[in-house]
Amino acid sequence: MRDQAPVMEVHHLSKHFGGVRALKDVQLELRAGEIHALLGENGAGKSTLIKIMTGFYQPDEGQLVFEGQTVHFGNTRDAQLAGIVAIYQEPSLFPDLDIAENIFVGRQPVQRGRVAWRQMYRAAAELLQQLGVALDPRTKARELSVAQQQMVEIARAISIKAKVLIMDEPTSSLTQNEVAELFAIVRQLRTTGTAIVFISHRLEELFALVDRVTVLRDGAYVATQEMEHVTTSDLIQMMVGRTLNELFPKQAVVPGPVVLQVEQLGVPGSFADISFTLRQGEIVGMAGLIGAGRTAVARTLFGIDPAVSGTIKLDGHAVSITSPQVAMALGIGYVPEDRKQQGLVLAMSIANNISLPVLSQLSSGGWLNTRREQQLAATGAQQLEVKMAGVRQQVGQLSGGNQQKVVLAKWLGTNPRVLVLDEPTRGIDVGTKAAVHRLMSSLAAQGMAILMISSELPEVLGMSDRVLVMREGRITAEFTRVEATQAKIMAAATAA
Amino acid sequence: MTKPIGSAATTQQPAYSARDTLARLLVRWEWLLVVLIIAVAVLNTRLSPFFLRTNNLLRTTSDFMEIGIMMLPMVFIIVTGNIDLSIASTLGLSASFMGWLHIMGVNIWLAATAALLVGALAGLLNGVLIARLRLPALVVTLGTFSFYRGLAYALLGDQAARGYPPAFTSLGQGTLGRTRIPVALLIFVLLALAFGLVLNRMTFGRYLYVIGNNEEASRFSGVPTVRIKIAMYVLSGLMAALAGLILAARFGSTRPDIGTGLELTVITVTVLGGISIFGGSGTMIGAILALLLIGILRFGMGLVNIQGQVQDIVIGSLLILSILLPRLAGQLSAIRSWRGATLGKIGLALLVTVLFGWFFFWSRTLIPAK
Repeated sequence: MRDQAPVMEVHHLSKHFGGVRALKDVQLELRAGEIHALLGENGAGKSTLIKIMTGFYQPDEGQLVFEGQTVHFGNTRDAQLAGIVAIYQEPSLFPDLDIAENIFVGRQPVQRGRVAWRQMYRAAAELLQQLGVALDPRTKARELSVAQQQMVEIARAISIKAKVLIMDEPTSSLTQNEVAELFAIVRQLRTTGTAIVFISHRLEELFALVDRVTVLRDGAYVATQEMEHVTTSDLIQMMVGRTLNELFPKQAVVPGPVVLQVEQLGVPGSFADISFTLRQGEIVGMAGLIGAGRTAVARTLFGIDPAVSGTIKLDGHAVSITSPQVAMALGIGYVPEDRKQQGLVLAMSIANNISLPVLSQLSSGGWLNTRREQQLAATGAQQLEVKMAGVRQQVGQLSGGNQQKVVLAKWLGTNPRVLVLDEPTRGIDVGTKAAVHRLMSSLAAQGMAILMISSELPEVLGMSDRVLVMREGRITAEFTRVEATQAKIMAAATAA
Repeated sequence: MTKPIGSAATTQQPAYSARDTLARLLVRWEWLLVVLIIAVAVLNTRLSPFFLRTNNLLRTTSDFMEIGIMMLPMVFIIVTGNIDLSIASTLGLSASFMGWLHIMGVNIWLAATAALLVGALAGLLNGVLIARLRLPALVVTLGTFSFYRGLAYALLGDQAARGYPPAFTSLGQGTLGRTRIPVALLIFVLLALAFGLVLNRMTFGRYLYVIGNNEEASRFSGVPTVRIKIAMYVLSGLMAALAGLILAARFGSTRPDIGTGLELTVITVTVLGGISIFGGSGTMIGAILALLLIGILRFGMGLVNIQGQVQDIVIGSLLILSILLPRLAGQLSAIRSWRGATLGKIGLALLVTVLFGWFFFWSRTLIPAK
């Protein structure tokens, strides 16, 4: 694999947006048949770099060299024709087309002016078989899981004989098993000589997969290293420019009285027979595969899909949570998993977002008090160290990590007694992740009861006082912090 | 239509800076409307000596007050990304109901109050179907558009209700005391102030923008979306009924076809005012400016004998421009230098004004003046 001529090189690349520098003098070298990790905190310039490599943006300075030739991609199509393909976190398939149509969209095999359907389905089936994916090429894309959609995108990349395949956080919404399958396929692609750029915030998974790593920080190139010569802490240090001692700093807290008691909660079609307790000062982790019903439980606790059976008790009193307004009045906050769709109004300001749940408390007689609103937002944003130009800045302009901080500030502003966090650190950089974990820990120390849904096992193990595991709409296991191990949780989460 | 499931690749917000906000402030849609209003006013003054007479200007406002009154809640509705096609039919139903009661010998003020109630109920039905049962606003109000108008015909049939007392007709024809200010204008100004304040200064207005931008997130933030949407449709029905009373008072009679087609004018004005049809943005000032623009445009064209059909052509093209321009301006923003983008936008605004003026002149030749 080593000492090969590079397939693609990036030299002295710079890019500005308005007055803001996104990339400065960045370099990257990709060899045929290597898996190359691109690392950096959110806002470090990874997205901009790959968007330049795929022709979405044009660089201000610097050049792209592809197979020894300097190239200029005017648009994404140019790059794709050259053999550079990107797969994003959220697959972008056409939901109403089937797998084969998605693979060959815009490039359907044609015979005598008509689409050769049979040939297309046969080719699609072969591609899927080659990837070891048991899917019917006639399945509509909307029926596929995220992981399966990614497989279709990979099949598509293979079918256009991609020489460079860029994968932007492909694992962030996959379960552990799906990640393993994906890795197998990526390794197989490597043997065919494809250069693969792999972006992920889950550092631990990279060591099993990656050959070399390039780190960016604040839009600038930091270093390129052989993966076998670096450790996790080396990588973190390169990314944040300082050493983070511990990623999961859960303080030991003696839990107080039971705040939330859930008994035999059920919503037909989603989950059944859910019983657990949550004490003051406690962080309870909820592990399980995607689709196990964890988010559905959270939605019921927050009144979005009210419970059909069972009881919810707060401080020993049975309560009926019929809407988010009721849940909020009872002191329950919910940080949803989908930040962009459910957590934030991207087009509105930071202040508008943070104040939203408490807007009526901030106003008198229905009249807005913008001064109090700005104060609340400024305090909240400061407490969470949101990097921003001011509270009037649009939330959509912030990086993912900072957006997540705004969501947290929004819910802390409601002074909840019970806080449900759904994937609180998905897709955010290590620095912000550590900050979120520190915050959770100190909130618990102050007596808040926290239910944390997470698909990241190290996070569940590191942050939780107790761990609940869900599978197919039921709680299948409960462990104390001491008992819990990765293996036990996985066993309870999968049908073992 | 098929859309890609995710759009991670296509959206990248431009970086934030104080300069951007300044630029955005300078090239706001509302300013373009002001420029157009001034341009039309200047043109009108040159074309007709009668244009600038206070009497004429004040009298012409009464032709637009019903539209204006219905536009106020329409701004709310479109800001949330919804629509109400039934307003003119609600207007017809309410006015016909009042006329029917009048024929039955009911006191006119009692009948008018009942008509307002009917309007509010008509809006409530729309609101419940759309917000509570989550049916699409376009279809629901298209249904009630026919339904309410049909009820109006059922009430009055071929006859017209006539003979309203002068105290009532002064609502549409009268002026304020000894001044020349029409009563309807005063009602509109007060309502516009109230609606503007609600939209800008009250939690209700903020919720409207939030719902228009991201209804799911607003639900996840504890915003009572259902109640707000119902309230907004009730307001719409109520204002349509009020517009119906004023229109009936102005005509001095009610026929069941009263106000037919006005819903489209109201939507035109609202969208021209910069209220995004996709919801989430737009200002009350913009809508009021658009009303003013359409008003003086129609009045000016009428003064120089431009026929109604040609007026429609002018206003139609103006509407298309109003949605085309922001898109062009958005593409100009992609120009890297701030100054370039701003100059580009100002240039675009000037070009449009000149083109529009030329079109305005040329439109007179379409149908020869008498």
